[in-house]
Amino acid sequence: MSRKVIDPHYQTSLSAGSHWSFKLRRGLALKITDELGGANVGMVLYSADNLLERYNAPDTLKCQHTFHLTQGHCLYSDMGHILASIIHDTVGGHETICGNSTRDSVRNAFGERDYQRDRNSWHQNGHDAFLVELAKYGLERRDLPANINWFSKCVIKKEGDIALTELASPPGSQITLRMDMDCIVLLHTCPHPLTVHTQYPETHVRIDLVDASPVTSDDACVNHCPENRRGFDNNYLYHLGSV
Amino acid sequence: MIKESFRETARAVGSTKVNAGDYYLATLNDGDTMRIVDLEGNQAADTLFYAAQDPTVHYSASNTIREQGNLYLTAGSELRSNENTVMLSIVADTCGRHDTLGGACSTESNTVRYDLEKRCMHACRDSWMLAICEHPEFGIRKRDITHNINFFMNVPVTPEGALTFEDGISAPGKYVEFTARMDVIVLISNCPQLNNPCNGYNPTPIQLLTWTQ
Repeated sequence: MSRKVIDPHYQTSLSAGSHWSFKLRRGLALKITDELGGANVGMVLYSADNLLERYNAPDTLKCQHTFHLTQGHCLYSDMGHILASIIHDTVGGHETICGNSTRDSVRNAFGERDYQRDRNSWHQNGHDAFLVELAKYGLERRDLPANINWFSKCVIKKEGDIALTELASPPGSQITLRMDMDCIVLLHTCPHPLTVHTQYPETHVRIDLVDASPVTSDDACVNHCPENRRGFDNNYLYHLGSV
Repeated sequence: MIKESFRETARAVGSTKVNAGDYYLATLNDGDTMRIVDLEGNQAADTLFYAAQDPTVHYSASNTIREQGNLYLTAGSELRSNENTVMLSIVADTCGRHDTLGGACSTESNTVRYDLEKRCMHACRDSWMLAICEHPEFGIRKRDITHNINFFMNVPVTPEGALTFEDGISAPGKYVEFTARMDVIVLISNCPQLNNPCNGYNPTPIQLLTWTQ
């Protein structure tokens, strides 16, 4: 029986330099909107059942023969499962290889992080933001895999040179993730480590949690490639016997 | 970048042959140099590094790629940690390009990439699991098994963003050499993959030579 949802179950927003983590159950969809444009949303995911199983960028990229993440792609764990699927994307490519801004990189780009002076406008960095959230689950720096940087896109030039695409995400850009396993999601809104901004960016990211439509046999993510069909077969086995 | 080594094999203090499907786990001291020789060509040496003093500090593909602004590893690449410190430098390379995007094969990813019924075939991450169980003294746990280097693997990314495992550009006798910039633990799986045409479905041995400073 399908349930039509008009209003989201939950809605909130995050300003630049924020971090947050939460558990999302299978069947929910996480919609992230870059309201002002130019945002960067760092994200890593862990299986809520087993924190040793986590998002794996290499497996995600090679299973789908892609360097960019966009609509139709799935986010794989290191254990051959699909943690989530990208069911909607207006940007057309997000990167998962450049890692995080650090205390040093943010200081060099925008000046020292100083909460005493700047309060909520402090220059938080992506690495420290993740460390804070990791520790809440008994995790630490060793547990941080390569993250996704939503709304940030890299261009590949000759001989493998990489650069960040400027203005990849116009105002109102949106991605929607369908959760295909129960996950702990860590995210931050700190600047991309290759940011070209000269001032710490002011961004506004809206989060909506809604019901996802059930996965059907004609699902675009399932049918994106034979690998994804096998990934969903692995998820089927993983959830066998659960209600 | 092709750069030949000045080191003489006769002066190497250690020499170990690692067969496909086996692992190598040992410490390389600050200033010491290791060479991996692709004895028969187009093999993949799936490699991870850890700080010997604190294995929660490990090789980071992200920091390495970002700081050098390039996807591929070769002579001159500095291999960085999750703390963004330099762990090792690649000092010689007769292959010219090495991958650090593609990760290691696992029994689980084999089911996705090839066939659900390939689940019991040997894989790099299984070699690492055996290595860390047989040698708990190194302090490396499953959570520390992260994104590795595939020495001798050719995984080009096109300008359109496609990622492919191409036939190797390595050949018999080609080698890569790196010098430790801190005391590091070297963990290598000599890849047993039988399903990928990039090694001609024929995994082969590697040779590890070491020199002290």
